[in-house]
Amino acid sequence: MTAELVRGQNHPVPGTRLEIRVSAGKPIVAGATLCDDRRKVRGTSWVAHPGAPTLPGLEVSRQAAADHRLAVDLGALPDGAHQVNVLLALPVGVAGPVTFGAVAAPFVAVTGLDGTEIASYTITDLSAESAVVALELYRKQDVWKVRAVGQGYAGGLADMLADQGLPEAQELATAINDAVARGLARSVAAPPPRPTDETRVRAAAQGHTSPGRQPTAPEPGPDTTSQAVTPAPADGGQPPQPVAPAAGDATPPPQPGDGGPVNYTHPRRQTSAPPPPPPTAPPAAPGQPARPVAGDATGWSMEERLYNQVWGMFEDLARSASAYRSAVDFAESRMEQELDKVLSDPRSRIGGTGDAAREAARARHGDLVDQARAALDRDLAQLATEAEVVEPALPPAFADWSSPVWQGYRAPMEIPMALRLGGLHLPERPELRIPMLVRLPLERGLWIDSGRSGTDSLADADQLRRLALDSAVAHAARLLASYPPGAFTVHIIDAAGSGRSAFAPLVSAGVLDEPPATGAAGAAAVLTRLTQRVDLVQMAVRGGMADALPQDLDTGEHLLIVNDFPHGFDDRAVTRLRYLADEGPAVGVHLMLVADREDASEYGPLLDPLWRALLRLTPVPEDHLADPWVGHAWTYEPSLAPPGSQVIGHVLDRVGAARRTGSR
Amino acid sequence: MTVNMTKGQAISLQKDDGGALTSVRMGLGWQAAPRRGLFGTRTREIDLDASAVLFADKQPVDVVFFRHLVSDDGSVRHTGDNLVGGVGQGGDDEAILVDLQRVPVHIDQIVFTVNSFTGQTFQEVQNAFCRLVDETNGQELARYTLDGGGQYTAQIMAKVNRAGSGWQMTALGNPANGRTFQDLMPSILPHL
Repeated sequence: MTAELVRGQNHPVPGTRLEIRVSAGKPIVAGATLCDDRRKVRGTSWVAHPGAPTLPGLEVSRQAAADHRLAVDLGALPDGAHQVNVLLALPVGVAGPVTFGAVAAPFVAVTGLDGTEIASYTITDLSAESAVVALELYRKQDVWKVRAVGQGYAGGLADMLADQGLPEAQELATAINDAVARGLARSVAAPPPRPTDETRVRAAAQGHTSPGRQPTAPEPGPDTTSQAVTPAPADGGQPPQPVAPAAGDATPPPQPGDGGPVNYTHPRRQTSAPPPPPPTAPPAAPGQPARPVAGDATGWSMEERLYNQVWGMFEDLARSASAYRSAVDFAESRMEQELDKVLSDPRSRIGGTGDAAREAARARHGDLVDQARAALDRDLAQLATEAEVVEPALPPAFADWSSPVWQGYRAPMEIPMALRLGGLHLPERPELRIPMLVRLPLERGLWIDSGRSGTDSLADADQLRRLALDSAVAHAARLLASYPPGAFTVHIIDAAGSGRSAFAPLVSAGVLDEPPATGAAGAAAVLTRLTQRVDLVQMAVRGGMADALPQDLDTGEHLLIVNDFPHGFDDRAVTRLRYLADEGPAVGVHLMLVADREDASEYGPLLDPLWRALLRLTPVPEDHLADPWVGHAWTYEPSLAPPGSQVIGHVLDRVGAARRTGSR
Repeated sequence: MTVNMTKGQAISLQKDDGGALTSVRMGLGWQAAPRRGLFGTRTREIDLDASAVLFADKQPVDVVFFRHLVSDDGSVRHTGDNLVGGVGQGGDDEAILVDLQRVPVHIDQIVFTVNSFTGQTFQEVQNAFCRLVDETNGQELARYTLDGGGQYTAQIMAKVNRAGSGWQMTALGNPANGRTFQDLMPSILPHL
């Protein structure tokens, strides 16, 4: 059954191998561009056109024609490609219509390989345009969908490509038009060398991902309150490349006003030079496992290697525990079956045969469990040795607050690739803690749960609130310390003023631009300002008009901490906050709510999407996070300063000093 | 020394020097049978999928296939789906790595199957084989080449099972029908 789409409508695409048919009545050019998760074309090698008709997973016609068939294999697209835009254009420089207003409405259809039509769209209402984005195939939560777009451009291909963020839009449009007009499709220069991020090695630690079909997400654990640890491992389809504006850096990115879109790529992570060789483990004694070394993983820098190594340890621990639990479950179910059998066998009632059979069943159970425990202990011992060498080697952003690396802290020159939010452990070996690292810039906001829901902690409500505030301050301090001076701004809304003493370290260190906002009016002012900022940057990025941004707008990232949500929030403020949670992360505005969900119960289900959009962290250890492979419930422990330690205050002082002098 | 196996044959798996194997790879390969007549050279895609089913005492515990590339315990890994086949021209099209040291203690058999996802029967497949390679040194331990194809869409290729303190491989080579491993379960069970 075909879905006839209207402009803006979307429709799921069942398979990954598709054909897109175009018919227009007059010869037109058909092509396709790939976009990354920021809706940006990474370079000319991400454009399939008559001059360069094939890309991985994509093939278009070599010439203008009235009818086209484009082949798409969504499973084979280059890493990082999240969207395919199907575009049509009128040939330039040849006799024929110069606007789509003069030709019949183009018709496009998405079909399966066997020709069954999945969705179709007739692009009506075109007039002065000479190029049009007909459809986009885009990925949403690992499901591909097609959307009817119909966005036309009077300025032709050049405008369209520029709108998709391609710096060489004009040149490429000229090249395409030339290729079409002169029928020289085959002689156009070969596509430029692959961008560096495509040549990056994929992280081996995360296992092998299919180049064809995507593996499904792991089954959710039985505990539905568990929340997947969101940061995708480095090969989760995105190149391991933090994208963040880096203002205040030694070499600032192009500022608004330079023309061209805001450059969200990292200025110093574009080298394709071979990385220094990884440290190698010394040869192991025969019969002994190799002694682990820190940084023993793939990556272009020590930081990336350590990140991948930590994720590798995380996966190994999850899987070893899974093997153990599976074996124990099996041993128990087998013993139950055997005991049932003994019970139902009339012969076992006579003499000692029943007892002997029961004894044997129990012994078999014990043997298997012992074997499984031995295998688990072997794996845990190896991981513990690895953790012993890895933990001290971690850079500040990854390190526990107790690590000596914080004593020599200096403000960084560039943004680290990830941030430690805490530790994760399993009940089989609670002292073996895996650092929980999430990618920077944050992809989701954080919710520090100050409520008692789900907590069996002995702490009373007031204590929990205070602990939640302390861990919020610790997270904020780590974020501030991880960004170059001035590249990260923290705003605080503390409507009731109940967090005054907890926020004092941030205030006294001078790392805030202004004191925490109190009262409903103060909250509204901060929200209004941040909402406007998100709106402005978003418009500029989407419209490719970064030069329209005000000159004084900084390009750094922002974090809004809201204490005691929804205290002091009216409906309007809640709406603004939800807007920030949805739209903020993409343009560098992040949210940290310190809240008890019970306090917002009067909103009913209306706020559920907000809570779900945030990563829930607890101020006390709680098993609510699931790993992405097996779905175990992991106990999360926030990353806090050791009792009595002043490390966070000292680090904040140095961050404050660096902000004032503008240097390290 | 590779052993060319025949249907039903079982060999015990050990290194040439008698040491215990730690890690093996089950490689599977196939080619599309050439089509006669006009346009006979047009490429056709035969999407065969290799799967491995882990059993504990005849109960399936875990399955490794293209939608679940790594067993939960991490001991069995699929290197990824090959949608076409024959690209290796004799090399492995799909491979499943088994870390024998990490196979959970209760898993006693691992059955390897191949099924046709696109629905073609094995009449359109030629030179299908499975081979077991010592992953630590790349040495082929055993190879089993399937006889002529027939009107079926799946093959239960081989199993690797515990024998004493080590492992052994048995060539099964039984035809079955199904699109994914779930459809094959009834055909696998008699071989356990």
